[in-house]
Amino acid sequence: MTDATPHPTSSERPGPGYRADAHTRRGVAGPRGVALGDGPILEVVDLVRSFRRPRTSLFRSPGAVDALRGVSLDVHAGQRFGIVGESGSGKSTLLRLMAALDRPTSGTVSFRGRTVSGVPERRLGFLRDDLQVVFQDPMGSLDPRMRVADIITEPLVAQGHGDREARLAELLDAVGLAKDAGRRWPHQFSGGQRQRIAIARALSTRPKVLLADEPVSALDVSVRAQILNLLADLVDAYDLTLVFVSHDLTVVRHLCDTIAVMRAGEVVETGPTADVAEDPQHPYTRQLLGAVPTLQGALAGRDAATLARRARAESSDGDPSHGTTVEPEEAP
Amino acid sequence: MADQTVVTRADDTAAASDDRLVVDGLDVRVGLVGLLHDVGFRLGAGERVGLIGESGSGKSLTALAIMGLLPDGLVASGHVGLAGTDGNLLDAADVRMADLRGRRMSMVFQEPMTALNPLMKAGDQVAEVLAIHGLGGSGRDRDRRALELLDAVRMHEPELVRRRYPHQLSGGQRQRVMLAIALANEPDVLICDEPTTALDVTVQAQMLDLVVEGARDRDASLLFITHDLAVVATVCDRVLVMYGGRIVEAGPVQQLFTAPRHPYTRGLVASSDLDAVDAAGRLPTIPGVVPAAGTFPAGCVFRTRCERATEACAEPPPWTGQYDDGHACIHPYGDEPVARDPEPRPDPRPDPHPEPGVSEVTS
Repeated sequence: MTDATPHPTSSERPGPGYRADAHTRRGVAGPRGVALGDGPILEVVDLVRSFRRPRTSLFRSPGAVDALRGVSLDVHAGQRFGIVGESGSGKSTLLRLMAALDRPTSGTVSFRGRTVSGVPERRLGFLRDDLQVVFQDPMGSLDPRMRVADIITEPLVAQGHGDREARLAELLDAVGLAKDAGRRWPHQFSGGQRQRIAIARALSTRPKVLLADEPVSALDVSVRAQILNLLADLVDAYDLTLVFVSHDLTVVRHLCDTIAVMRAGEVVETGPTADVAEDPQHPYTRQLLGAVPTLQGALAGRDAATLARRARAESSDGDPSHGTTVEPEEAP
Repeated sequence: MADQTVVTRADDTAAASDDRLVVDGLDVRVGLVGLLHDVGFRLGAGERVGLIGESGSGKSLTALAIMGLLPDGLVASGHVGLAGTDGNLLDAADVRMADLRGRRMSMVFQEPMTALNPLMKAGDQVAEVLAIHGLGGSGRDRDRRALELLDAVRMHEPELVRRRYPHQLSGGQRQRVMLAIALANEPDVLICDEPTTALDVTVQAQMLDLVVEGARDRDASLLFITHDLAVVATVCDRVLVMYGGRIVEAGPVQQLFTAPRHPYTRGLVASSDLDAVDAAGRLPTIPGVVPAAGTFPAGCVFRTRCERATEACAEPPPWTGQYDDGHACIHPYGDEPVARDPEPRPDPRPDPHPEPGVSEVTS
């Protein structure tokens, strides 16, 4: 009964740095925090991304949707940074821009001080090595016609790294897959195991930063716990910086030490998890927290009517189902 | 356990007179592969019962079998009885089932975009279910009634929404339309299959409120299917836990979630609570994965993932306790609450192919 992976304690590892800056409401001090002099590992400044709507009239210009309207935030090395928001809040758009998978309308994303937004793909080699993404739907993000071994080592091929066999064995072991898994195909695995494959692929280039877009949303409860434990272990073992996007505030609260709450393309509240979850300042954060059903709360007598009231409370624009969903006729 | 009697779920003698829906010994097979085994439960008038389990446990299949909507090739046997109708619904002709569906019992599906007709306006779809069952009067009456129903599910601007097509509506609006359709003919039994899984939390909260209120106002019995334990505890009075096509535990919400007796229920409760972590910050998990349909072990279906499994589990465990409050496990837990394990988790890399008897589940 020994730990297979050593868990570095907070005194042994570089603590996450929290800089007092304009975007962090509560200023310095992190949960395990030692303030570092270094700049943020990921810096997002005034990021705007608009999407064109399809043309609906010959004479009027098509409308635009502002998926992001001036988002700024800093992610520091060693942080577990959670981004929470409902559908349409822009959280996935933000993640895609952080990974330079999309170009912003304006604003910049920098990785370790180097601008990555709007830079051509051929000059992003450094980013592809150091920053990797895990997506929500493991079946959609794994090529069904590739063997697992090829899927996991594909980033190594793309980046021109050698000794792929040894790295594959190492990765399969790290994510808890059997040694022979490499010879099989994605469809032969369950949802949780597929997500392990996706995580192994993301770790293949030994990245510094792992971006995860709703990686446990499609999983069953018992498997979700396994994957959350795995992510936490890997983040510790490999000193990763984690950016975790989810609609589920309880999952983010469990895994992350810092939370940014997004709504309609804007960050409405940022801060250490304990502060945001225990003492939310923004009405929308309070509304979001109030709407989450919990087992403890329900057993203490919180019924559906109470939950609905809490979800409605302090909502400024009436029916929340209209809150962030863009209706066809309200094109700007 | 001295006062508990041992019965199998098939030996139902406890059916009360106010039962709206009685399911007894329900088996569903595809070819030689059994998908559901001996599923039995009952819904009292106005009762709200939750059916929980992970994907592949047979929750949705149970609902489809009751509604007579099983896909081709799947064969159901057993008994499904609806109060006020004679005989076994599983033997009923298609026309008779079509008459019962949407009138006496109705269903809200998980994915409203596939359940709604993309070519019909929302209001017309609500009016259609009134027309089909001949209860809505003239066309104009039906349109007016459809508007009332959309208003009753607290649709914002119902006058506008009823002239919209499904693709023009948000997820929450579509699900409200689905609920309006399901409640249109004042059904006795409402079955909801993961109605809020695809919705945002704030919208989910409103929807759950509407479902509870809609069922309560009509004194309809509710069967609420979900994998989310917190949702079921919020909505229901009683819970049925399914695993591997069987009901493994049943009981009142409060009792079942605070002192679960079946190891599977216990693992489910422990791994759902994201605030309950051990000293190393790790969540309790159930080792292994849910087997694919038809590959569950003989005997106790959970024994390959269970830390309490012994040789004796190779025999199917009998139902222990009351019909509505019991379990199918020969090594049940007592009344001790789900412990928040003080020990650090030993293995940070869960074994995907664990041996029976090796487990991370908190005892």
